[in-house]
This record gives sequence, structure tokens and C-alpha cells, in this order.
Amino acid sequence: MYKEKIAEIKNELKDLFNNVSDMQALENIKTEYMGKNGKITLLNGKIKEVPNEEKKEFGMAVNEIRNEFNEKYEKIKKNLEDAEINQKLASEAIDITLPGTTIKNGAPNILEKIVEEIESVFMSMGYDVVDGPEIEEDHYNFELLNIPKGHPARDAQDTFYVKDEDYLLRSQTSPVQARVMLASGGDKPIRMICPGKTYRRDADDATHSHQFMQIEGLLVDKNVSLSDLKGTFDVVVKKLFGESTKTRFRPSYYQFTEPSVETDISCFVCKGKGCSLCKNTGWITVSGAGIVHPNVLKNCGYDPKVWTGFAFGFGAERLAMLKYGINDIRTFYQTDLREIENFDRRED
Amino acid sequence: MISLNWVKDYIDLEGEDLRELAVKITKAGVNVEAVKDNHINNLVIGEIVSCEDHPNSDHLKICKVNVGDETLQIVCGAPNARKGIKVIVALPGAVLPGNFEIKKGKIRDVESNGMLCALFELGVEEKTEETYAKGIHEVEEDVKVGSDANEYLGTSDVLYELDVHKHRNNDCYYHIGFAYEIGCILNKKVTLPDISHKEIKEDVNDYLTLKVETEDCPYYLAKMVKDVVIKESPEFIKKRLINAGMRPINNVVDISNYVMLEFGQPLHFFDKDYLGDKIVVRKAKENETIKTLDGLDRNLKTSDIVITDGSKPVCIAGVMGGENTEVLPTTKNILIESAIFDAVSIRNTASHLNLKSEASIRYGKGLNYEYTKMAIERACHLLEKYADAKVLSGIVCHDKVDKTDKTVTFKTEGINKILGIEITDDDVKVELDRLDFPYVYKNQEFIVTIPKRRLDIDPNINDIAEEIGRLYGYHNLVSTLPKGVTKQGEYIGDVKIRKEASKRLRTLGLNECKTYTLISPDMAKLFNYENKENAILPNPMSIDKSIVRTSILPSLLNVYDYNTARSVKDICIYEISKTYDKDFNEDLKVAILMKGEYLTNDWLKVNVKVDFYLIKGVIENLLNYLGYKNRYSFVKEQMSDLHPGISAKILIDKDEVGIIGKVHPSLKKDDIFVSEISLTKLYEKSVKPIKFKEVSKYPEISKDMAFIVANEVESDAIKSVIKKEGGRILGDVKVFDLYPNISEGKKSIAYRLTFRDETRTLTEEEVMSVFNKIIREIETKFNVILRDK
Repeated sequence: MYKEKIAEIKNELKDLFNNVSDMQALENIKTEYMGKNGKITLLNGKIKEVPNEEKKEFGMAVNEIRNEFNEKYEKIKKNLEDAEINQKLASEAIDITLPGTTIKNGAPNILEKIVEEIESVFMSMGYDVVDGPEIEEDHYNFELLNIPKGHPARDAQDTFYVKDEDYLLRSQTSPVQARVMLASGGDKPIRMICPGKTYRRDADDATHSHQFMQIEGLLVDKNVSLSDLKGTFDVVVKKLFGESTKTRFRPSYYQFTEPSVETDISCFVCKGKGCSLCKNTGWITVSGAGIVHPNVLKNCGYDPKVWTGFAFGFGAERLAMLKYGINDIRTFYQTDLREIENFDRRED
Repeated sequence: MISLNWVKDYIDLEGEDLRELAVKITKAGVNVEAVKDNHINNLVIGEIVSCEDHPNSDHLKICKVNVGDETLQIVCGAPNARKGIKVIVALPGAVLPGNFEIKKGKIRDVESNGMLCALFELGVEEKTEETYAKGIHEVEEDVKVGSDANEYLGTSDVLYELDVHKHRNNDCYYHIGFAYEIGCILNKKVTLPDISHKEIKEDVNDYLTLKVETEDCPYYLAKMVKDVVIKESPEFIKKRLINAGMRPINNVVDISNYVMLEFGQPLHFFDKDYLGDKIVVRKAKENETIKTLDGLDRNLKTSDIVITDGSKPVCIAGVMGGENTEVLPTTKNILIESAIFDAVSIRNTASHLNLKSEASIRYGKGLNYEYTKMAIERACHLLEKYADAKVLSGIVCHDKVDKTDKTVTFKTEGINKILGIEITDDDVKVELDRLDFPYVYKNQEFIVTIPKRRLDIDPNINDIAEEIGRLYGYHNLVSTLPKGVTKQGEYIGDVKIRKEASKRLRTLGLNECKTYTLISPDMAKLFNYENKENAILPNPMSIDKSIVRTSILPSLLNVYDYNTARSVKDICIYEISKTYDKDFNEDLKVAILMKGEYLTNDWLKVNVKVDFYLIKGVIENLLNYLGYKNRYSFVKEQMSDLHPGISAKILIDKDEVGIIGKVHPSLKKDDIFVSEISLTKLYEKSVKPIKFKEVSKYPEISKDMAFIVANEVESDAIKSVIKKEGGRILGDVKVFDLYPNISEGKKSIAYRLTFRDETRTLTEEEVMSVFNKIIREIETKFNVILRDK
């Protein structure tokens, strides 16, 4: 008797499941058969009517149909859900070739980019980055640096005086070095660079600027030699202009160093073969440097019998013009946003 | 310009390749910028043996010219071409200046095999009306036909154009000094020129008394010559002067210049008959004037040194002579002055008179006193030889020169330490000999005497190391790294906050500018929100750059203009720079200017325009990053050049640190927003280290409230009441809705309050009690209507 009933339900379900097309219909079936008064649920109550010896078999049959139902239900449910998701996804597809929302560039000033590169090389070698006043006292800008009043080197620097002959717009960043030496008290080694703005009375044109940036540096210690300066330069220019870059010193003259040298690097465009950038010499001048003049050490509180040092200076504009092929120095001070856009990125 | 033919008078350069020598000299520190070789091939001396009129021309002539081994037919247009004169002939193949090659050819159907030359065509003279009118150059009769005309012209000479570092320009710009430089490079000795001459019995001291009344003339020598015959200089003197860029005048004047180019010592020749019997060297008097050789009246300052005849000036010392004692073709008797004047004084005089002369340039660099005497003797030698002068005996002399030798005592070890090389005592001896520096060597110690001609060398070991180093060759240095303890370098002082602010602003999409510190008075008037007075340059180069800025904003407006003119629409820029007031107080500022769109996607209609709240967000982001979260506030304030309703001061801990606002529409039509903050002030405010704070594990309760309130009531005023009344359990307070002008002069503003407790779950009742308390308090404090809660 119950066997027929179970078979009947099975048949009904087979049809129903085959024809179910949406979630609602499926849920209706579930209620109809597995709900509180569902046809399968009600089978449980029938056990009383089953003879004892058949009770076990009956129980198994009900369980089986219940399991079959659940299995089938889950399977169909999953299919319906998948279909629904797929349909949703299909409707949401977009044209991924349309332009993205523009997030604005934040480009550095080209000079600052060069300065930051140099800072990072020197900081890794233990140099602090220091700055000092741009309106400077004559005493720091000239006197302490072995450029007394009346010295021809003062004419050459053609200084902007701000008040009498006592205050000026610094014509070099070297006064920062003097300040650091004085503050160090003459008994500690020093490693520092001082990138910063400097000013000289030059009329502005493609190659001259009344305002420009120097990156000067100073190392004071015991037993510092010109060869140490050369080794230091090697490290820096390789970092800036590539591993194959070579360094060359030529004799030169600066008031606060003795001996003084000019530093050339092998041309990074032609690799020393000769091209228009290096005027066919294979070399490009990038820096002035030398051993700190004993008078400067003395003026700044260091005993030249015990301490020696080297100092060097780069022109940020020159380095940037060389590195990026810029022909007009005014580029750095105009900030054409279309030009600096490209500088908002890393470089290898 | 250095003539190598001339240098050969003092040093043996036989067999030297002069181009290679130039490279060696440059490597050792004196830059030979260019090697000029004016030699022209196929240039010979010829003689016109016949000269006939050209049949097809009214001015051309057909010349037969003997050039030694043959006679050539050459057509020539010069009016002075005639039979019997010797001329310079450019043969076919010669290339004249201007890359003009001489070829065989026909001129109006007549064969012509070369060219008869004028001096300007050979680059020996400038082309002027005067030189053009001279026609072809007529060569002196004693010059041999067929000989190389380069020898005759001096174009066989090689010239070095020097770019000498300042410190060497007193010894390398004259020929003897340069010969010494070559001498140390080639390890050869220098021979000084002949200064011998006869002297007559008469003594200059009987004709002249000298008085020097200024310390700026430590050395004054004068000699006298009589009965000079003024004529043209000999060819070699003329050629050498021309090569040095000087114009030959007559033998006497040329000799004074010639000696100056030899020894670097300027000489001055006075016509003794006009000078009188007295020389007084003194400072010029107030309002004193002199007419100089160039015919101009010069007003003198009391700082100028003048040579006077006892009453009036006859020469501006070291700069230019006076017309009243000028050497003229009629001059017979000459007083020769050779002196040293203070370099700075001469530079100042030349500069205020705007008068750069050969003499003032040389005096300005400083002079070697040893050559002062030698030069005057040399001039006597040449005047006797080439101007038939009779040299008087004796010398008028004022001598207060400190002649103490400059010496340096050092050991080789010291040199090695400076250069980082290893050379021996013997190596040092070799280098000192090459330099021609006298020295004593004992007990492994050198005592070097610095030669007088090397004014640039100070008596210390570094200077000697430099001399040895440049000869040793810096290319021989090895690369080593400094020893000593290494640590990571740091940004010192406010450099760090500057770098951090800069990086954050770039991350936020602002571009970094660099503009000029010096600005115009018009710019300086803008954005003076601090009422600072400017530092003004007493002697600016131009009015455009005459004022040290107190604010960067006017400069950023220029960058805005520059880019706007180039059709850049979205401009988000910043600059960090030091500013100064009139007392030179420094203020490191960051300035920001934003205009246009901040985020853009046109097809998506995403167009986030820059407005006050956007730039405020940028500033808040920056200040949060720099560590000032919850410490800053914005207080409305009117400031010049900013929109009166859209401008504020920025405070940190109640102290003003900057400003923010919209640029006043009368200044710029566009909607431009700016802010400027003092990093100097920020740097003074220390920032606490970061601490981890755990988020409360207990649920939050959010409650909203909305009010209708007068438009003028500021959100921050309501917010501060909310915060105060909310107490400990109130977390965030956010404005989430705003309807301006919801009714006449009123707005609706809505806040979302979040309550939480770190230690327990809050009950609805306690939150509501606080919430209602807040509403009551707002209702009492402000004239508001609660719209919703």
C-alpha cells in the first residue's frame, strides 16, 4: 500500500522537477512536498499504519525519497542560481577600452628631481643634507671662505647685495659648509651636502640665470686625500649617469680649495667617442672640487694640521640640462605643465 | 692671445708639435681654448714685371708677375698695381680667409693665374675703407722674390687663445710668464730678453723729482730718454702687436705695448717736455678732472690714484694717460713710468669710469715687482735700438715694496697625504726643478721659495701640492674612498618637513614649481596677508627683480598665467621656498594654487572641479600627513586679494600658520584657489610618535539630527557644541547633508553622530539621553529649528 504511495510521489516529482523553470516554482515544490504538511513529510505519520515487520523497510523507503528530493532540489537550485548569475554578469559587461578616470600627475620640478637623486646617493654614503639662509652675511659667503674684501673672486661672483656690503643673496651654497663646520666645534668629522638656491647678477637668457641651484658637499676628517675625492665622484657619477661612466680630474682654481680640480665625466651619449654634446672631446665637465683650503678650515674652527677635507659643487641646472637634453635654462623656472608631466615617474 | 713665435724668444721649442703642446698645457691647468694657425699655403712674394690695361675693362690690369721660379699672368683691379713693385701673390690652390680658394681662370676673357693680395684679404688687417683704399700690399724692396709670404707676414706664427683661471691670469697672460709655464711642462729653462743699453752722462734725477703721497703706489720707477726719432716700428714688433690684438701706432708707443706683452708690466710714456720737472703721485681731489688719451673728460673720485705734475693730473694711474702729456709724432724726450698700484684701487677706478684699458686689466690682476725694474730697462734697450733714443743714467725711484720671500717648509709625506699618491723625495725634487722653484733640501725637509712671478701661490703646503699634482697628472690618481665611520645620512632641520610636504603634495596630484625669489614691486603688493615689509635690493639688475618676496603666491599666479596662455586648463601646482622680510627673518613656506578639474572622466561625467572644499581637503590631507590631525582649524577672515566670503586663516593649536581662499575675482576671472602655509611655523610644533589604537570591539550606534538655521551660522560652531555635549561616548561627527537657502536666509544642515564605548555595549537609552541633551543645547545656543532626528 505505502509502496504505491511512494512510487506515486516519485513519479509526480519527476515531472515537476523536469518542468521547473524558476526559483519560485522550485520553492513551491519544496513546500508542497517537504513543508510542514508536505506530501513527503506526511509519510512519516503513516508509520503507525505499517505492520511492525515492515516498519524498517518503510523507514528506509521514506528516507530514500527524502534524500532523493534534497539531492535533486539542491542540484536544480544550483543550476537556477548559476543561470541567474550568468545572466546578471552578461548584462553587466562593459567596454573596457573606454578611457579611465584621469588621476592628476604630481611631477617634481626637474631640478628637484636631480637634487633628490644626488641626495639619495650621498645620504647612503653618510652625508647629511643641510640648508642655510639665502640672505646671507658677507662673513659666511666670502670672508670665512678665503675671499676677503677686495678679492677679484668677488667681482666674478657679481653678488646681489641686500644691505650695504654686509648682507647679500648668497652667491654660492658654500656658506652653509662654513656654518656647519663652525657649529661642529672643530673636533668632529663632517659629511654633508647642501643643495640650495644661489644668486648672481647674470642677465637671464638660454644659458644664464640670475637664480640657480648648487649642490655642494663637504667631507672633513683626518687623512682625506684627493684620491678619496676621486673615488667618491666615481660612485656618484656612476649612479647618475650609468655604470660605465668614467671620471677625470683637471687642474682648476677655487678660492676655498687647494688643490682644486674640475671634474669631467666620460660622455654618456657617445661613451667617449666624441659627439655634439661633448663637443667631440669625449668628456663633459660636471663639477668643481678640491681639498679644503687650510685657511678655510682654520677660519671655521678646524686645525688644518689635524683635519683635512674635500669639498665639491655641482650645478643642478647643468646636470639636468645634460641628463635630459634641455637647452634653455629658463625651462626650470617657467614650469610649463606640459613639459614637466613626463618627469612624474621613476627611472631605472 | 699668446704668440708662439714670440715665446720662442725665451724658450727653445725646436721640434715641438705646438698642437700637442697645447693639450699638455691644458692638462696641467692652463686652458688653451684654441690653437690659431694663420698659415696660408701657396702664398709667395712676387714682383710685377709688366702691367698693362685690360682690353675689356676700364679699371682692370693685366700683370706679369715674377714669383721666383716662373712668371705668371695675373689680372688685378687694384689702382696701385704697377710695374716694379713687390707684392704678395696667392697662387692657385691657396685658400684665403673666408674659405676663398684661388683657382686658375679667366677674368673678362683674359687668363689669370692667381691673385695679388691686400692685407685685409689675408686676414692680417681688418677690412675697412682705409685698408681697402690702400689697394694691394706693397712689399718692401729687400724682401726676396719667391720667398714664403707667411714668413714676411708673420702668419707662420701659431697663436694660443687662452682661457686662464683667475689665479693664473697675472702670470700666463704675458709671454715671459707663459714661457715659464711651458718651461715647467717641457722641463726647459727660460732665457730672459736683453735689457742692456748705453747710458749718457745726464741723470734723470737732475730733471725730475718724485713724491708719492699714497700707500696705493708702493713702487714707482721712472727713467728718461732723449732725442727719440718717431717712425714706424720694425715689422716684427708690428706683427706681434697685431697678433696680440693691438694696433701698431709708432715705434715709441709700440715699444711700451711690446714690453707690456713681454713682462705683463704696463709702462706709461710721458712727453717730458710737457710734463715739467715734477711728479707727484696722490689721490685725486674732489671734483678734479682730466682729459684722457681717448679725448674724453673724466671726473675723478677721491679714491682714484692720479699722477700729477705737482699741480694738475697728467695720468689716471694704471688706467689711462692724459692728453696733456701724450707722446706725439713731434715728441723728442720721454719719461718712462714703470710702477705698481694697488689692484683693488685700479679695479674700482676702471669700473667707475667704465674704462677698461690694457693697463687697467693688468693692474687689476696684480703685478710682480721684479719685472717692474726689468721692464723699464727693456724699454730703454728697445728705444735705443729702434728709436735712436739716448738713455739718461740713473732712475727715479719710490720703493716701499715688501720684498720678503714667501717660503714653505714641508715633507714629501705631506704632499702624498693631500694628493693620495706615493712619490719620493727625489720625485719632488724633479717637480720643483721643472717648476723652477728654488728650494733647500735637508733632513728630509724641503724649504721652497716661491718665485715672485707666481703671485697666485700662497705659502702653504696645499699650494705646493697643487703645483706638484698638476705636473704629476691628476689622471694618475687612483680612486679610493674616505675611511671613517659611516652612518646613514639624514635631512637636517626643516629640510625634512620640506621634503615630506613636497612628496605628499605630489602624491595628491600637484606639480612642483620653482620660481624666482626676486620679484617686481607690483607682484610684491599682492597677497601681503601678513603685512610684512619687503627687503628691497639697493642695486637691482632690473625693477622686475628688485624685491625679495614674502609670499610665493604672486609667483604661482605667474605660472598660472604662463600655462593658461598655453591652453593648459587644469593647473594644480605648489612651490616650497624660503621667504624673507625686511629684517631678513626667514620663513619657509609652501604655496598651493589649484584651478580647473581635479578628477576628470568626461564620457563618464565625472568632473570633480576644484573648489574651496577641494583645496581645503588637500590642506587637511597634508596637515594630517605631517602629524597635525585634530590640531588644526580654519577661521574665516578677509584678506587682500582673496574673495572676502571665501577666505580663511589656518590655525594649528590656535596659532596662525597660513591662509586659504579663492583668488579675488578682480585679480583673476577664473575660479582659482590658493593656500600658503609656513613650514617654519609647523616645524616649531612638534609631533607625537604614532601609537597603535585598537578599534572598539563593541557595536557603534549612529544617530542623525538636522536643523534649519541662519546661513551665517558656521558648521564648526554647531559641531563644537555637539562635541562638547557628546562627551566621552561621542565618536565621529559628520555633516552629511546640506540645503542652502531652504527658506529665506536659512539653510538645513544635517549631522550624523556615532557613539561608541571601548569597554562595553552602549544602551539605546543612554545614547538617546546624550543625543537629546545635545539637541537641547543647540536649541538654546543657536536660533535653530530641529528639522529631523
